[in-house]
Amino acid sequence: MASSEVARHLKRENIRSLTMSGHVGFESLPDQLVNRSIQQGFCFNILCVGETGIGKSTLINTLFNTNFEDHESSHFCPDVKLKAQTYELQESNVRLKLTIVNTVGFGDQINKEESYQPIVDYIDAQFEAYLQEELKIKRSLFTYHDSRIHVCLYFISPTGHSLKTLDLLTMKNLDSKVNIIPVIAKADTVSKTELQKFKIKLMSELVSNGVQIYQFPTDDDTSAKINAAMNEQLPFAVVGSMDEVKVGNKMVKARQYPWGVVQVENENHCDFVKLREMLICTNMEDLREQTHTRHYELYRRCKLEEMGFTDVGPENKPVSLQETYEAKRHEFHGECQRKEEEMKQMFVQRVKEKEAMLKEAERELQAKFEHLERLHQEERMKLEEKRRLLEEEIIAFSKKKATTEICHNQSFLATGRNLWKDKDRKNSNFL
Amino acid sequence: MDPLRRSPSPCSSSRPSSPSTPACEMFGPIGIEAVLGQLKIKAMKMGFEFNIMVVGQSGLGKSTMVNTLFKSKVWKSNPPGLGLPTPQTLQLHSVTHVIEEKGVKLKLTVTDTPGFGDQINNDNLRPLDIEFLQRLCRTVNVVPVIARADSLTMEEREAFRHRIQKNLRTHCIDVYPQKCFDEDINDKILNSKLRDRIPFAVVGADREHLVNGRCVLGRKTKWGIIEVENMAHCEFPLLRDLLIRSHLQDLKDITHNVHYENYRVIRLNESHLLPRGPGWVNLDPASPGQLTSRRPFKVCRGAHDVSEDEF
Repeated sequence: MASSEVARHLKRENIRSLTMSGHVGFESLPDQLVNRSIQQGFCFNILCVGETGIGKSTLINTLFNTNFEDHESSHFCPDVKLKAQTYELQESNVRLKLTIVNTVGFGDQINKEESYQPIVDYIDAQFEAYLQEELKIKRSLFTYHDSRIHVCLYFISPTGHSLKTLDLLTMKNLDSKVNIIPVIAKADTVSKTELQKFKIKLMSELVSNGVQIYQFPTDDDTSAKINAAMNEQLPFAVVGSMDEVKVGNKMVKARQYPWGVVQVENENHCDFVKLREMLICTNMEDLREQTHTRHYELYRRCKLEEMGFTDVGPENKPVSLQETYEAKRHEFHGECQRKEEEMKQMFVQRVKEKEAMLKEAERELQAKFEHLERLHQEERMKLEEKRRLLEEEIIAFSKKKATTEICHNQSFLATGRNLWKDKDRKNSNFL
Repeated sequence: MDPLRRSPSPCSSSRPSSPSTPACEMFGPIGIEAVLGQLKIKAMKMGFEFNIMVVGQSGLGKSTMVNTLFKSKVWKSNPPGLGLPTPQTLQLHSVTHVIEEKGVKLKLTVTDTPGFGDQINNDNLRPLDIEFLQRLCRTVNVVPVIARADSLTMEEREAFRHRIQKNLRTHCIDVYPQKCFDEDINDKILNSKLRDRIPFAVVGADREHLVNGRCVLGRKTKWGIIEVENMAHCEFPLLRDLLIRSHLQDLKDITHNVHYENYRVIRLNESHLLPRGPGWVNLDPASPGQLTSRRPFKVCRGAHDVSEDEF
């Protein structure tokens, strides 16, 4: 039961096989692994892309046989938004953390050029979150809630003709990021013959436009045959319904029309059972693995290369992450130092300038002060002069006064008695 | 057959179910269970790996023990006393084989460490052993084993075991299965039973002898045949069950999720002190003091502030 790749790998490493002489007991290893997984629980994330009203929520409800609470979206959203909801399901001892992401408003706008962008951004954001966790120093990957999209169910309108441009464009932008499984929605509106032609047309359009949809894996013996057969039946024409109708003596999920009943789980009526089989029962693990080993690795490689990390150095020598880190750090350090120098220089420059300014101001002030002092001095001198003149005048006046008094006295002495007698006579008359 | 027990996952991983994830009732099974089968198929295809290291002085029966565990000539056992000088340096020596059982492929790598330490006889653990064990337990899952247990009587064996257990407890040597990784009550019960019997007293033998009409693996001595797989004679079956039949996946999980992650943290912290900047990997400054602020930054900021001041 040796798988060819394991055998080849072993040959390369020159590891010889041993035969055991008895029962050792490690055939329980797969069971140990499974038990560990049961304890951890599983995570599965589905992205549904399709126009409003095409039946995304109904199909998901039917697939998981439950009524996830949801209400109808309006047709009047200005742009495409993604709405994610997580549910915990349990079947016997398997716990499944299921996340359903729906596109709201897809195909409702008049200008649909950028419709796919929010979807691509959302998928990238989940990859980015995982990458960030992976690159942390203290990380906890085994408790990390993996939100990366494992499968994208792309709902195609059952026009019966061909793919819309919007569909082609969107799928082309998504095929390198996520596993795409296209489904024909509301397949009960397409007749059997039309359906065949439609499927062929769709697949040929996808192929000719180079859109890579998910292929069910055919490398494992147990599921190769059925997967190969299913690959031929893509895209699955599905009908979803949670309403039950009595058919025969059983209640089955179906859609009742005046002309008949479309049974969801009847393989003659639609491919719903095939979709459920492929999506959940046979390939859930492969979808998760492809997401991790192919799509996520591609994203990771691109992102790290963008950041400047590379596995191969300039002379084609292998370069370890550490070397790149060191080199970058060195570079960054150098730049930091350069910036520091620059800052220092600028600082010194500014200081000099300020100093010069201050000196200038000081000089001005000094000049002003001196000028004022001079003026003051001049004033003073003027005043001194004036005072001197004034004093001289006073002296002159005093002299004059003194001279006048002397003269007066002299003249009085000469004619003094007369003046006296006159004065007395005058005075005595009044007595 | 083998009891399908739940492997305990490493500690600190009790997954909180966030309040925003409602539990949904399905009206009927849809086949989610089939994912277990898918897992098994994938595992069988990829095969398993297991790396084991045996430590102890040569002559203790390490090679024979490994051969007995995997029932094949993993090592060509070197009989003692061949006149080969025991190597003075500690040289590690690995050998890899692939063994297959019922479609399950196991790539087994056994690493031997010749020339270490003295033979442990009826003493307590020597200081060298204690130091060695303490360091080992921090980086790898350690399962201590009493070798050549056929030289001890049952009473001596129990006494020795208790002495060793006490020694391990006193020096805080956390051997496998570590208490802190017990997930739930089932694990605790199961692992406690194991912890009671550790170190296992084992005898290795790769020859078969006829006992009571059955062909058994054993050591033939003058006074009897010690049956390796007989629980009354030695505890080899316990060791084998622990290592292979029940706890192998758990050993690998703890190595990957705990020991390797610890190593990674230490290693990344060594050469890091990476300042944040555009285009840089977002390394989590998990605890203060892990990332110390660098001087250049401080100076830069200071200069910047000064230049903004108005005079």
